[in-house]
Amino acid sequence: MKVHIPNSAFLGNIDPFLRGIDPNDPERLIITANKKWISIHPMALSMIASMGLTIDASKIECEKLEARSKHYLERMGLFKFLGVDSGIKITEHEPAGRFVPLTQIKDSDALTKFITEVTPLLHLEPKHAEPIRYIMSELIRNVLEHSLSVHGAIVSAQYHPKSNTIRIGIADTGVGIWKTINQSYNPKDDLEAIQLSLMPGVTGTTRKEGGTEFNAGAGLFFIKSIATVNSDFFVLYSGRGMYKLLKRKSERIKLHADPFMDRHSKKNDLPSWQGTVVGIDFSLNATKEFSSLLDMIRKTYTEAVKERKQARYRRPKFI
Amino acid sequence: MTTIKLFPLVGAFAENKDLAREIRLNNLVPALEKGEEVTLDFEGVDSATQSFIHALISDLIRKYGDEAIDKISFKSCSETVQKIITIVIDYMQESR
Repeated sequence: MKVHIPNSAFLGNIDPFLRGIDPNDPERLIITANKKWISIHPMALSMIASMGLTIDASKIECEKLEARSKHYLERMGLFKFLGVDSGIKITEHEPAGRFVPLTQIKDSDALTKFITEVTPLLHLEPKHAEPIRYIMSELIRNVLEHSLSVHGAIVSAQYHPKSNTIRIGIADTGVGIWKTINQSYNPKDDLEAIQLSLMPGVTGTTRKEGGTEFNAGAGLFFIKSIATVNSDFFVLYSGRGMYKLLKRKSERIKLHADPFMDRHSKKNDLPSWQGTVVGIDFSLNATKEFSSLLDMIRKTYTEAVKERKQARYRRPKFI
Repeated sequence: MTTIKLFPLVGAFAENKDLAREIRLNNLVPALEKGEEVTLDFEGVDSATQSFIHALISDLIRKYGDEAIDKISFKSCSETVQKIITIVIDYMQESR
């Protein structure tokens, strides 16, 4: 595998970074980087760390980093994850208020501990802490329940002062969305599987309305809805498919059950990622309270179920 | 009447679905089987995920129908918790 760390890879411009990943030769990992500047989203960091976990450290080649901002990668714990000595010396800063270094979460108890620790670490007001811990908990739990990855979820987050956003990246090297959704539906490709996974009430565990005792198929829909209301970027990448929720242009907020009805971009021909990756930017300028967001979600969620039920109604035969 | 205090079991942020399932199977199901009324006391729990609430009560609505909704009361819920419980109960009723 090969990956190049560019000078800039945020959710708005992450497509070239994803397209540049070479998944061939999965026994080796070659990392190259921009020589002048490196500024990348935690989604990209979590992906590189995940790739490193699938192979032996002796098979990882990382070129000597020259970029002035290389310390960021060291501080986020990337080289510890890869088992590679970067040669970069840093003074360890107390991470509070700035970032959550790369963290591997492999079980439910570790997730609960992480969520408890992460909230004070990011020094957020309650109205921001509530949706952020919600997003992290639901996304990581998805990995633990559905990805079947032995490596669990790789998480990182960073506060970006210029945009006043918390940027979150979560990656796994599991079975991917197509395989999960294909247990109950028959998506023709990765992109259709991603589309289904974002629809309320669609879960890979059953086709029955109401889900199972353990899964309602609502987790990703809730998170996409939080991003829609906040006008944040949200990226979901699995297999060769990628869905990107773009920032809203209009002031009017409308939640859609079908993610393709939202302002978005999509790709179905990216290098295949064995697993699932999520990136989200959470704007701290958001003014909506979490509880008012839930009112909007409730309406869309129940309407989607009604529509699906109506679509299955038998129609009278008029002859 | 059975009262289940959730804070000592799940903490201030109710997100662990494994615990939700344990509470359902070990506390809620036996009480409903005996025809008892149950109070879920959310005092101290300031938020919850939809997944947690779904794992806690959806199967009861599926198995016991309206009787489950009638027999379970939700006490001292924050606004967020109230709204998530309402979403899950609405959804389960729409799904029938």
